[in-house]
Amino acid sequence: MSSTIVIDPVTRIEGHAKISIYLDQAGAVQDARFHVTEFRGFERFCVGRPFWEMPAITARICGICPVSHLLASARAGDAILAVNIPPAATLLRRLMNLAQIVQSHALSFFHLSGPDLLLGFDADPAARNIFGLIAAEPELARAGIRLRQFGQELIEQLGGRKIHPAWAVPGGVRSGLDAATRAAFAARLPEVRATTLDALSRLKAMLSRYADEVASFGAFPSLFLGLVAEDGTWEHYDGTLRVIDHEGGILADGVSPSDYQAIIAEASEPWSYLKFPYYRPHGYPGGMYRVGPLARLNLCRSFGTPLADAELLEMRQRAGGAPVTASFFYHYARLVEILGALERIGELLAHPELDSTTLRAEAGVNCREAVGWSEAPRGTLFHHYRVDPNGLIEYVNLIIATGQNNLAMNRTVAQIASRYLRGNQLDEGLLNRVEAGIRAYDPCLSCSTHALGQMALDVALVGPGGALLHRLTR
Amino acid sequence: MAAKTLTIDGTLVSAREGESILEAAREAGITIPTLCHLDGLSEVGACRLCLVELTGSRRLQPACLTPVAEGMEVRTSTERLREHRRAIVELLFAERGHVCAVCVASGACELQDLAARLGVTHVRYDYLAPACTVDISHPRFGIDHHRCVLCTRCVRACDEVEGVHTWDVAGRGTAARVITDLHVPWGQATSCTSCGKCLHACPTGAIFQRGSSVAELKRDPGVIALVVAARKERW
Repeated sequence: MSSTIVIDPVTRIEGHAKISIYLDQAGAVQDARFHVTEFRGFERFCVGRPFWEMPAITARICGICPVSHLLASARAGDAILAVNIPPAATLLRRLMNLAQIVQSHALSFFHLSGPDLLLGFDADPAARNIFGLIAAEPELARAGIRLRQFGQELIEQLGGRKIHPAWAVPGGVRSGLDAATRAAFAARLPEVRATTLDALSRLKAMLSRYADEVASFGAFPSLFLGLVAEDGTWEHYDGTLRVIDHEGGILADGVSPSDYQAIIAEASEPWSYLKFPYYRPHGYPGGMYRVGPLARLNLCRSFGTPLADAELLEMRQRAGGAPVTASFFYHYARLVEILGALERIGELLAHPELDSTTLRAEAGVNCREAVGWSEAPRGTLFHHYRVDPNGLIEYVNLIIATGQNNLAMNRTVAQIASRYLRGNQLDEGLLNRVEAGIRAYDPCLSCSTHALGQMALDVALVGPGGALLHRLTR
Repeated sequence: MAAKTLTIDGTLVSAREGESILEAAREAGITIPTLCHLDGLSEVGACRLCLVELTGSRRLQPACLTPVAEGMEVRTSTERLREHRRAIVELLFAERGHVCAVCVASGACELQDLAARLGVTHVRYDYLAPACTVDISHPRFGIDHHRCVLCTRCVRACDEVEGVHTWDVAGRGTAARVITDLHVPWGQATSCTSCGKCLHACPTGAIFQRGSSVAELKRDPGVIALVVAARKERW
């Protein structure tokens, strides 16, 4: 008898989703689907708006990573104006993106995945949350919250508010950061660096305990895509696109993100609002690729800062060489990125150019079509706009990081279900691991469907004939 | 000019003959909410936010257009009036597409301020959500009809202060729109002197500086009264 397992909703991710697991006649896992059940419509309702408003409108796509949208949109705006923005504006935008990588990764590790990793996948769900973590490890939880606070407050100082700052604009940024504030943030770096190193050492100590999870949470070959700097180091704002395969072979390199359509195409499925981008030359669904922290660290030659480079080297050794193909290592990669981002924040805070008061270039509409991009915490983000001669938006295409991990997330659910499903009944152990496997990608579904409803977990187990065998909701 | 004595919210107030209740109240430090009123422009009594209760009159009267009279008893802030005002502001929100979160005028908008001051926590009416146009064909300014409340302050500022009358209103009811010249795109309105008085007169984000990003609009509605007062001094 065939069956489907449905997990609905999936918890402790940013957005709303459910999971269906399909069984064949023999009761083995045949397929799994990660359904994203939100629909938002930004690509439609932004049509007709002046492009100058787009950074702040698209920032509303997400409350976790508004900065990614803000920057990608402002960059598309720079290209419509056809200007080179003032150097200080570039540095300040980079600073804000690094602050966002720190705060978003800290949220993922300490608030969302920390309870699984630090309390155990089989811990009581009632306690397996940030409050349980605070009770069990108060010092660590406090330090994690303070790490996120550091990133959020830096964003606030730059943009006037922590969430949805309307600070980056076509042509540059609205305001700078004075020397005294820069010094105050630099003084906080030792504490947040120590927090990150502590989290890294704890995660390393867990790897052997979670060997089973490491081997089943999305451990498979795939392509990886992301930005790299001209010298091959880690990049999050400028640079060009690189695509590698699971053995590290370079399939595409030096691709301008403006030409994303040459290498990325999008498929859609009737059972999810989230589209399925794929590597165009390999077709759908064979062109599955992963983006985000693990992809970025797989793509780069080195991080480019001493502490992060030492940790990156160790991560690659622990994973058995580069590229790292197990998605469990997303957690590890996130912490390495926090560390490197903190180092780069330190460099930027000391940069004399930040004293400049020239922050914004003025121009009219000089180019009708443009692409903006940034490395969001979850991966590469593209904003593609076309405007009329006055600058009103005619066309919008947004390619979101989480969407690009969609194929890999589906594959991960199937892999975890195959490993942990016993018979055609859902148990807590399976449920917990399926959710945790998804969380490794830190998916942001509100972003990726550009959210409505209540957040929870819904898993369905479906038989070959489509009969619902078992369903668990919490 | 004879002085008139009246009572506003229980306070005895002395006013000049011919003054409106709104002016008399302001001089006495009593605030009556307004939207279509702008110092320096003529009154049209269109928004109905300044409606007040008068003893002996069953009808509510607009404070901006009602002259003071001897012995008048005015109430400006009864529960009935507050409810009417909330309803008016809600209807304004429901009529077009006002989205403060992504509006260029957020933080500098009279409609937003009114909603906050009158305790509008939600809108009880269905949104009409009309498909409005945005015109940024003018090199310096733009108009987003989603955000227009038809107060006609731009029309009056252009006509009475700049003396041009580029702006006017076309259509009726919910189809009414402010227009430039004979309903041509603003960039083609040859009468427009690009003086920017309409921008300063606009209470919402409907008229904005081209290139403004969200919550960036800076303007000074007081500039209209200043120009008018300065002319009176000189001429």
